[in-house]
Amino acid sequence: MTGFRRSVKVVTEPKLTTRSFDMLTLTMGFMVLVHALHLPWWLTVALGAVLVSRWWQRRRGGANAPAWLKLPLVGLLLAAVIVQHGTLFGREPGSAFAVGLLVLKLLESEHRRDARVGIAFACFALMSALLFDQGLVASIVVCLGIVPALATLRTLEEVDPDTTSWKREFTPVLWALMAAVPLSLFAFLFVPRLSSPLWGTPDSGQTTTGLSNRLAPGDMLDLMTDDTPAMRVTFDGTPPPNASRYFRAYTMQVFDGNGWSPGSRSTRRPPAVAEYGPRTGYRTSIEPTHDRVVPMLDLATMAPPGTALRADRTVAADRRIDEVLSFSALAATSYRLEPTLDDGVRRDNLQLPYGTGPRARRLAASWAESSHGDGGAIVRSALALFHDDFSYTLAPEPLGRDRIDDFLFQTREGYCEHFASAFTFLMRAAGVPARVVTGYQGGYWNTTARYLLVRHSDAHAWSEVWLQGRGWVRVDPTSAVRPERVELGAAAAAAGHGASDGLLDMAWLRDLRNRWDVVNQWWNRGVIGFDALRQQGLLQPFGVPHAEVTDLALVFAIGCALLVAVALGWALFQRREGDALDAWMWRLQRMLAKAGVSRRTNEGPKHFLARAARALPLHRNALERLSGLYLAARYGHDEPPPESVVEFGRAVKELRPRRVVK
Amino acid sequence: MPGRVQRLVAWAERRLPSLTRLRRREPLPIHLHRRRIYIVPTGFGLGFAVLLGVMLVGSLNYSNNAALMLTCLLGAATAGSMLVAFRVLNGLTIGGLRAGTARAGEPVRLSLDVGATQRERMAVRLDIERREFVFTVPAGGKTTVEFDLPTAFRGWLPLPRMRLHSRWPFGMFRAWSWLNPDRAVLVYPRAESLGPKPFEPEGDADRGRPRAGDELAALREYRPGDPRRQIAWKLSARHHGLLVKDLEQPAPQEDWRLDWDGMHGLDDESRISRLARWIDEARDSGRRWSLRLPDGYFDIAQGDEHYHRCMTALALRP
Repeated sequence: MTGFRRSVKVVTEPKLTTRSFDMLTLTMGFMVLVHALHLPWWLTVALGAVLVSRWWQRRRGGANAPAWLKLPLVGLLLAAVIVQHGTLFGREPGSAFAVGLLVLKLLESEHRRDARVGIAFACFALMSALLFDQGLVASIVVCLGIVPALATLRTLEEVDPDTTSWKREFTPVLWALMAAVPLSLFAFLFVPRLSSPLWGTPDSGQTTTGLSNRLAPGDMLDLMTDDTPAMRVTFDGTPPPNASRYFRAYTMQVFDGNGWSPGSRSTRRPPAVAEYGPRTGYRTSIEPTHDRVVPMLDLATMAPPGTALRADRTVAADRRIDEVLSFSALAATSYRLEPTLDDGVRRDNLQLPYGTGPRARRLAASWAESSHGDGGAIVRSALALFHDDFSYTLAPEPLGRDRIDDFLFQTREGYCEHFASAFTFLMRAAGVPARVVTGYQGGYWNTTARYLLVRHSDAHAWSEVWLQGRGWVRVDPTSAVRPERVELGAAAAAAGHGASDGLLDMAWLRDLRNRWDVVNQWWNRGVIGFDALRQQGLLQPFGVPHAEVTDLALVFAIGCALLVAVALGWALFQRREGDALDAWMWRLQRMLAKAGVSRRTNEGPKHFLARAARALPLHRNALERLSGLYLAARYGHDEPPPESVVEFGRAVKELRPRRVVK
Repeated sequence: MPGRVQRLVAWAERRLPSLTRLRRREPLPIHLHRRRIYIVPTGFGLGFAVLLGVMLVGSLNYSNNAALMLTCLLGAATAGSMLVAFRVLNGLTIGGLRAGTARAGEPVRLSLDVGATQRERMAVRLDIERREFVFTVPAGGKTTVEFDLPTAFRGWLPLPRMRLHSRWPFGMFRAWSWLNPDRAVLVYPRAESLGPKPFEPEGDADRGRPRAGDELAALREYRPGDPRRQIAWKLSARHHGLLVKDLEQPAPQEDWRLDWDGMHGLDDESRISRLARWIDEARDSGRRWSLRLPDGYFDIAQGDEHYHRCMTALALRP
């Protein structure tokens, strides 16, 4: 008995058809393509080659790859990933290994089961590509990857999939996806978000793209050529003029003769006292920097949720910014920061490394002497020096051993960080407490969408000096050299010097990029920035100020039920065959069925109505008339004439059959 | 392992008919509607659901909204495929069962019509006796499924339970409906392979009686007295004289008078199989035969109708 059963069971699963295999290859190719941006290029090329050769080999009728080929390939992949990344764990090596394994899986995909497993994990791999970039374009491309994946599953079920048209494979899947959009949007809105992650977020291992907490001449240049958005700001009222859009990120107290860095002591003190007048409300969304610094519009009055004010009134987030961070804040445009300076702080902000810039010190000392210690006058003489003798360029000559003296007396050209560094040095040498501040300045005001786009190339460095009675005062030495930098923005400043990329100079391209950024902004705010907090406010229009998880789940359930009802309606809807006469006949049959006479499948209308007339003697005349009318209308003409249809319909409506008592 | 599962399913079907949605026998044509179509996810569908769950938790954990959107889209599209699977079966009509003739032990050839009024139905599968037939039903048309059914005994063979199902479009859900038509196929008795010839009475009165042959042997010129219906009119029109079809007279054969009681010392089944062999031989050699059974008599005749009548009577012997 068992032997017999086994012999029946051994029916081997059918092999994949050519069309199915093509689709599978296409899906895998798409997946490699989606990951190509962060895979090492040689791995992408190698995987592509494996894909194409396997496809070609199977086209020629080849079978599964033998084990002596598969095992070394897997080993090779493992070795390649470990050589490249040093480990197998983590986001990059993990995804590289997974993508590689999926492609190698194709080598042994001969049956339906293999294809299904491959497709399921390809969907997962597609999703993992979004961990690297969840921008609008990347998301759309990855979503398109679903189409070949589902189309592959579809060909697995097809009876005779070797059709010539590819359109036949893709259009139904596209329709299915389109029909799925309402439900998925609904789910997206109402699936409760986690307020804190269940396990650690991926260690990106990515270098910080934003401002660094160290400023050395030349270090900032990378940032200034990076045109990617850093943050987007909308203002409650009129936006402040370009010249006062300073976003402070770091203040730097310690100078080691080469570069500046924030002092370690400042972090332990409470935020500096500030008195301020009118404040401007604004809303910022900051692109992920994988760092904790939060640039705030000068001057931050309080720390947004999840962040803390530091002693110098810059703001640091509690956690690394690994996703878009949005918050509202108030900025004081006129203020007095730290009107009375603590002695320790004063010492910190006057400290200079021993032996650096002897000529600069002498110059500063001469200013101090001539102005009798009046800080404002010293500042003015320094700015006058910069204004008269210095020039702004993004490609300055390299500086020698003593950077300060070299810059001040030899090259006399540079950009913001040179000026800020030298200026602060001069101030300290002249006895005025001063520090370097880095952050962003300016930005592009998008008039259509009314928000300020700040790019990394808007990074800037300036100084703050402490003046008796005024507290810390912002002084931007760059504006003395090149006012356009501050008034019009980084691009305008760079334009005159040919230091910027030629392509970016084209006005229309810049315009296009700015318009495109509106879409990105919308995507970032509406989709990527949709977090637990925003979700809680989702039901505000319906009078629920703070939606709890249970509320969300309830709405989710109700909405899903509604959408499922619509879908069920579609699935159950069956158009009835036939014309108006048939419709009336259907109605008559329903009525008679209720009265106990239902039409048999093998019964013509004449017999059926005759039987009904016998069964319902009360309505005999009416039924006989109906029979005559129907036969005349149906068989007396090619097409039932409208007037007889109407007559038949009226007769049907007049009939009120009562259940026959047996 | 699969054997154990099958046994479990068989037990469940026996003991819990309402849970397994097993249906009573019903007349053809069967019209599939929503009350008799059931859907469950396939193994692959369950696996995919688990994967979707992992994707959901992952994207929520990393608060990656783009990934969440992808997961939602994938989930909604695959969940929607359940309805598509339902729509494949909804409104199908199963009717028009035709059966060939077969003897016990030989497979009987059956054909079944599956029709749809609207929409093309892709990848409809019909499971009969552990075999699966895949076909597409065109919109407003029908597909005929032909299959062989193994037979073991003579008599009425009730049509086995069939399952019409579909995993269209993505193979994640299976919609199915049991069909249990109250139709049976007649299986003729098995003929014995070797045995004696039937008893032929000597000096049959019919011997030598001229009989009209019915096989064309040659054409010849018309001779007066030839019957008019033997004239080859069409050929004659192209010829000078009239041509007459000369029909061969097959060698005269004995008529067989087959009698149930003519055999001694045999049990019923042996008698039936011997009679079946004799009837087969008689038909193959063009003889005429008569059959006497305890409850009936089929007079001397030949031809297919006579053959089927006799075989039916034999098949249905108690």
